[in-house]
Amino acid sequence: MSFSSELLIKVLVVLATAPVMALGLTLLEVKGSAWMQRRPGPLHVGLRGFIFPLATAAKYFQKETIIPKDVDEPVFKWAPAWVIAAVVGLFTIIPLSPTLIVRDLELGVFFLLAISSISTIGVLTAGWSSANKFSLMGGLRAAGQLIAYELPLILSVVGVVIQAETMSTVGIVEKQIEFGFPFVIAGQGIAFIIFMIAATAEMMRTPFDMPIGESELTMGFMTEYSGIRFLIFYISEYINLFVMCAIASTLFLGGYHIPLLPTEWVNFYGPLVLIGKTFTLAFLLIAIRWSFPRFREDQLQTLAWKVLIPLSLLNIMVTAIMKVVF
Amino acid sequence: MSQTMDPNNMPFLSEASVSVEIETEDMTLNIGPQHPSTHGVLRLVAKVNGEKISSVEPVLGYMHRGYEKLAEVRTYPQVTTLVNRIDWVSGFANEIPFIAGAEKLMEIEVPERAQYIRLILTEMARISSHFVFNGAFPLEIGALTPIFLAMEDRERVLDLLESVTGGRFHPNFNRIGGVKPVAGAGPTTKKDIQDLPAGFYHDTKVAMEKVLKAVDTFEDLIGGNEVFQARTKKVGVLTKEVAEEYGVSGPILRASGVEFDLRKQSDYLPYDKFDFEIPIGENGDCFDRWSVRTSEMRESAKIILQAIEDMPSGPIQAKVPKVIKVPKGQTYVRAENPKGEMGYYIISEGGLGPYRLKIRTASFSNISILPIMLEGALLPDLIAIMGSLDFVLGDVDR
Repeated sequence: MSFSSELLIKVLVVLATAPVMALGLTLLEVKGSAWMQRRPGPLHVGLRGFIFPLATAAKYFQKETIIPKDVDEPVFKWAPAWVIAAVVGLFTIIPLSPTLIVRDLELGVFFLLAISSISTIGVLTAGWSSANKFSLMGGLRAAGQLIAYELPLILSVVGVVIQAETMSTVGIVEKQIEFGFPFVIAGQGIAFIIFMIAATAEMMRTPFDMPIGESELTMGFMTEYSGIRFLIFYISEYINLFVMCAIASTLFLGGYHIPLLPTEWVNFYGPLVLIGKTFTLAFLLIAIRWSFPRFREDQLQTLAWKVLIPLSLLNIMVTAIMKVVF
Repeated sequence: MSQTMDPNNMPFLSEASVSVEIETEDMTLNIGPQHPSTHGVLRLVAKVNGEKISSVEPVLGYMHRGYEKLAEVRTYPQVTTLVNRIDWVSGFANEIPFIAGAEKLMEIEVPERAQYIRLILTEMARISSHFVFNGAFPLEIGALTPIFLAMEDRERVLDLLESVTGGRFHPNFNRIGGVKPVAGAGPTTKKDIQDLPAGFYHDTKVAMEKVLKAVDTFEDLIGGNEVFQARTKKVGVLTKEVAEEYGVSGPILRASGVEFDLRKQSDYLPYDKFDFEIPIGENGDCFDRWSVRTSEMRESAKIILQAIEDMPSGPIQAKVPKVIKVPKGQTYVRAENPKGEMGYYIISEGGLGPYRLKIRTASFSNISILPIMLEGALLPDLIAIMGSLDFVLGDVDR
């Protein structure tokens, strides 16, 4: 197969998978929150609530796209594209099995951290171009937050990289298989917790949803968006949730591998195992979202700079020492 | 933000120590009238420096409905329909001070059973109002779940209110000299009027047990939440002195440590027959305001449980003339409403309706402290402080 046709197929597969995963997570979130909040609606409406995500998406398609008068139009229109491009781009390095991966990059983890920062640009430009003070504050909060939490995200992964001696995501999973234990048990437990906290902040989910802060900033940088552009923000939020949880399960929970299953069949069960782990992690984040209020901006920064970053530096140190000793 | 540079210093590349003066201007942020956290149509004109608020000016009047004026062209029994709608979250409690004022001018002795029914329903209104607070306050801070739990529990209390009065929010149930007889009691059955619906005793008991359970849940789910504590403790501290100076009342005043509750200090309803406590806060911060209200729900449920146990029998309506005319005079009757002190100053010239009615509402006085409390606060704290004041715009603007 030529390179271009292979690329085309891979791109199409990713573009088909990403929204499906987003729909699945939307369903999980709707059902999970309804279960936590004793709301009977999502269990009954529309085939026991199962067509709800589709209905939501269809609703946004038929809504009018309103572009306010004073916005910086090209920037305003392109901002959602930055965000969704960044999150879909991360699909490149998620291994569904040793061979089922868009591209097993040598610097996979580096790629992850570089690409995930791009969404900051989208969020900041969305907030700036909306010509709305609430959006502007939301955009600035998002920028501050994403920069602050990029660091613990990177530093927590460094521990894994040291232990696995590779930056390739497949390599990290293979190392865990070789090791016998996923890294979350074998030494990187603290890194896993830091990673999940930082990822939650990166995704701007409660308790770190100040950039959106519906009751404060009326929706932050998304205030002026409507119709299909709002849908893009909405979907990219869930794709991001999927990607971050998939990466967390790859780096810390053994990815596509599950003990006792024959490794030669990994191409069949690998995707299911990874998606299962991802959805379990996502459910954890969903449960957190629906039970906690949001932090304040200064508390968020304090948590990042005074707790998470020193802790992850300590984690790197300990990991490095252990690596040298053993 | 504007930059001012001295053109003489422009070749700044050669000089290392060029002082460029950056003047920053505060941004005027218009919060409301349409905003998710302003409880309706309150408008706050805030001057913000980044996230920090330098000054706040509340702008009222977006919901002014002119009830004081409207009352002048209504008869006394008609006015209760209006006052229901002042603080719609606890409609029943609004009727009591007005009716009590008219009765005071007419020198009518209200039968004990009617007093008890009024008291039970007022406390139910208090519980339902505090349920709304327990849902709305965490929602504004960002917790999305408690509102659903609170609404579901409130529904039980509202069902009870509806079963007695026929209305969930606007009962219009009080009559001068008593309470409304149950619907359908015609002239033939006048002798044995049924005032409370069948099963009220049992249903109330069950509902109050559920309320007590719900309060425990809230204290665990909301009060025990670390993030909630971080957002509310030592935030928006209102000192005793400031609170007293500004005429703050109700749970906000008690959260600041002032033991003032008209249920103990006044006699508009027979509260002295019951055993209950007045929860007092220590620090006067947002957390205390939340905890005072939540403990109050427990006390209210206790009062109701006591009241249904020793409910006296007898008439529910005193003898009043067919056409109600209030003799010439003036009076001021105040009551402890869920939001704070509510009072009616009635001036009667002997007509069918009040000559002049002045309504003192709790929320109006309570939000007068907003500019003081919000000075120097952060924007997220503004939301928390506003939420903890628990005002209703209908109660502010009347």
